[in-house]
Amino acid sequence: MLHAALSLPGAPAVMGVVETAHAIAAGAVRASDVAAAALARIDAFEGDLHAFLHVDRTGALAAAERVDADRRAGLPLGPLAGVPVHIKDMIAVAGMPLTAGSKMLAGWTPPLDATVVARLRAAGAVLIGKTNQDEFAMGSSNENSAFGPSRNPWDRTRVAGGSSGGAAAATAAGLGCGGLGTDTGGSVRQPAALCGVVGFKPTWGRVSRAGVVAFASSLDQVGTLTRSVADAAALYTAIAGSDPLDATSDPRPVADCAADLTEAKDLRGVRLGVPIEYLDAADGLDAGVRQRIEEALATLAQRGADVRRVSLPHVRFGIAAYYLVCTAEASANLQRYDGVRFGHRAALAPGATLDSLYATSRGEGFGPEVKRRILLGTFALSAGFHDAYYRKACQVRRLVHDDFARALRDCDALVGPTSPVCAWPLGAHAHDPLAMYLMDIFTVSANLAGLPALSVPAAPHPASALPVGLQFVGRAFDEASLLRVAHAFEAARGPCAWPAPAARSE
Amino acid sequence: MAWQGVIGLEVHAQLRTRSKIFCACPTTFGAAPNAHTCPVCLGHPGALPVLNERAVRLAVVAGLALDCAIATRSRFDRKNYFYPDLPKGYQITQVTAPLCTGGHLDVATAAGVVRGRIHHIHLEEDAGKSIHDASPAGTLVDLNRAGTPLIEIVGEPDLRSADDAVAWLRELRAILRHTGVCDGNMEEGSLRCDANVSVHRPNAPFGTRCEIKNLNSFRAVRDAIAHEIERQQAVIDAGGVVLQQTRLWDAERSRTLPMRSKEEAHDYRYFPEPDLLPLHVAPELVAELRAALPELPAARRARWSAAWGVPAAAAAVLCDEPVRADAFERALGAGPAADLAAAFALFVTGQVQAAHQRSARTDADVDAALPVLLDVCARWVQGRLTNKMLADVLQSAFGGDAALGAELERALAQVGAVVTDAGALAPTVDAVLAEHADQAARYRAGHTPVLGFFVGQVMRRLGGRGDAQAVQRLLQQRLDQ
Repeated sequence: MLHAALSLPGAPAVMGVVETAHAIAAGAVRASDVAAAALARIDAFEGDLHAFLHVDRTGALAAAERVDADRRAGLPLGPLAGVPVHIKDMIAVAGMPLTAGSKMLAGWTPPLDATVVARLRAAGAVLIGKTNQDEFAMGSSNENSAFGPSRNPWDRTRVAGGSSGGAAAATAAGLGCGGLGTDTGGSVRQPAALCGVVGFKPTWGRVSRAGVVAFASSLDQVGTLTRSVADAAALYTAIAGSDPLDATSDPRPVADCAADLTEAKDLRGVRLGVPIEYLDAADGLDAGVRQRIEEALATLAQRGADVRRVSLPHVRFGIAAYYLVCTAEASANLQRYDGVRFGHRAALAPGATLDSLYATSRGEGFGPEVKRRILLGTFALSAGFHDAYYRKACQVRRLVHDDFARALRDCDALVGPTSPVCAWPLGAHAHDPLAMYLMDIFTVSANLAGLPALSVPAAPHPASALPVGLQFVGRAFDEASLLRVAHAFEAARGPCAWPAPAARSE
Repeated sequence: MAWQGVIGLEVHAQLRTRSKIFCACPTTFGAAPNAHTCPVCLGHPGALPVLNERAVRLAVVAGLALDCAIATRSRFDRKNYFYPDLPKGYQITQVTAPLCTGGHLDVATAAGVVRGRIHHIHLEEDAGKSIHDASPAGTLVDLNRAGTPLIEIVGEPDLRSADDAVAWLRELRAILRHTGVCDGNMEEGSLRCDANVSVHRPNAPFGTRCEIKNLNSFRAVRDAIAHEIERQQAVIDAGGVVLQQTRLWDAERSRTLPMRSKEEAHDYRYFPEPDLLPLHVAPELVAELRAALPELPAARRARWSAAWGVPAAAAAVLCDEPVRADAFERALGAGPAADLAAAFALFVTGQVQAAHQRSARTDADVDAALPVLLDVCARWVQGRLTNKMLADVLQSAFGGDAALGAELERALAQVGAVVTDAGALAPTVDAVLAEHADQAARYRAGHTPVLGFFVGQVMRRLGGRGDAQAVQRLLQQRLDQ
């Protein structure tokens, strides 16, 4: 019955952000039916996928009913009115519990909305819940969630990717139209690639981080997970732009990227650089993934793009630099979880020392990967090692930044794989953190350089039929061009079949 | 050769802003514990710092007043350590690229002008307050102060004695007050001082230094430094070595106690604060603030001295607090009253100050009464009030309940006029001489100091209202007859 409400003439089984907004604005469907349908799909598939850490049934239905009431009253509707979206558990939603995937914050409810959440609400979006993630966004498989991993809707025995794995799984499964994630080293793009959805990380500074739990502040950026590039543009346009609560948010005006996607999906005159380090010379790149990426490059060329090879000589040091910078910043950002003011506090005998309060609370509250990164970061910043590790990593970061700046002088965007492999079986790398870190090899550099980057599904893997992600990296603050190029590729590629198999009702 | 102290002060001054350095919480002192807090200063997940522009302007003003170079690009860093009153687990401060560098402050001391150079001035946030002895349940934490804007003024080790250090700090406080940077209130913690102290023999390298913390009054600064110099001398004289330590001043027992050694020092793991962009201060802003810099206390004292002959010590006391100095200048005005300036300065810093200290009156009350006090002073200088009458007026007025100005007017009316007329004095003089015929005889025999005795007797009978010179004149007249 609820699905019937979404079976509009010509509409796919699961509607996207833009379609849903149009259908509600046009009166073709009621926001409350859309919300109920999204909740019904969560009821049906969440047990298999574990994409959510919290579902706000009451709040979602109430928000949807307000949209319907506004429409009946003839009040103006926001651009996302009635669109059901999910929010990664790193991002504060007033009144919903926030855990950041950690036992450390279990039971804590933030008093205020993050700026991005307030902006979604202002645009009329209906917030359906908080999505699962690796603890404090540290992980590439969602297996570091203290509450158990999300599963990949294309194959439930496989990982959804990370850290925004819940958001990617929910989006691929049609549990909501899309949602927000955070991307520190690929945490939006990599799970998007593994779950076959669009993952978009804007330029660092483009989207406010106020109200977003900090992992590594100089790398963190809020991004979107959607089923199409047009949907990414719609969510991005709603959340982007300067914010007085985030001193690092950029004052430049934001183009309406949703309106900016031209119908002519022509790439003539567009110069696309393929970093040889990300394709021809990439170690560990799966042959099937390589094949699909090369086919995608051919498609881009057919559409008129000037596809050329470029070199980013320092990106091979990117992973090492990334894992020093992000752990150093994380070691400081996570010091506030000390058991004193909020979050987990160890039960100690009277007279226990302050140090034991800290040590026990943090020892109990944090999972092994978080502890590993705090230790790494603390070491990288410590006296005597600061110059060799943290400072050196910052120097490498500058070189990586300069590599991209040089390449993007002659190219409008760079293109290559998002992940070296498709979704792997749950548990496959669970005891090999280094192998896990290498899954971020193609994504971390965009964070080090602060650039906008997007993963869009290419054709499925020739052997496994699992999703393969194609990554575009653009110029700083030129999200509009990046979205146009990705949109053109998406049109040339042809439609994907939504929802993903594990969330089909037949 | 004698040992010599080597002292450098590190001064934390609270900037006079309405709100905290990284959030909109108020900075007013004395609120209920944790009333002035928000997600930012509580260190909630996701809360971000946004720099208070007024704090930057005040820090630049401090730098300009102390002849520092103002960096057009400075930077914030995180200083990492765990403590319950440090909500984020790190303090946002400036370590590698502070806002102000260089600079100096000259002070006049008994031994001449002492120049204390300034290494740098940086912006930072204050921590909260841990209260260890208020509850049997454990330590209580008040985060009202967390995020209060501070500058730390780091002095070079250019001072050589406890007195130099106090003079330097006092002058620094006067400058910070005159420029509106800091209210300088040490009791409320708006101005806090740490002292780095070592000893050496002149022309030899500096010794190992100890940092003394918790110096929250001028007296504590003086006593702690003097004691620490003695302690280090004693250690060396006994054949020991001074260990690099952080020590705490125990004012009750007048001693410094070790807090932590160099080995126990924190590794603060500084790194650039990624939540704040580098701080750019435009040269135009620096020029604007430089042009708007008020007259500094040294210049003001020099002007008072040149124009009015106000003695240096009195000028220094009055210029400690610019509100007082302004009120002083306003009371004097531009007119002929300026002739009185030197006497009035001595009067205000002498008798008035003494009466004020014995009373419960506020500074503002006394400042507002300065015009009436000038009238009192003028009457006294002109002999229209005797010393006794003056003392009565001050005692009565300061003890009254109404505003000091009104009480002074009342007391002046009550005390009446001095008795100068010989005709009015004669009966009392004659009566005293008659009662003490023996003393009169001694005087006439050449023992003239007895005159003082007679003056005292007459004055007592007149309740202090007789004009001393007129009384003396009349007594001499009668005795010499």
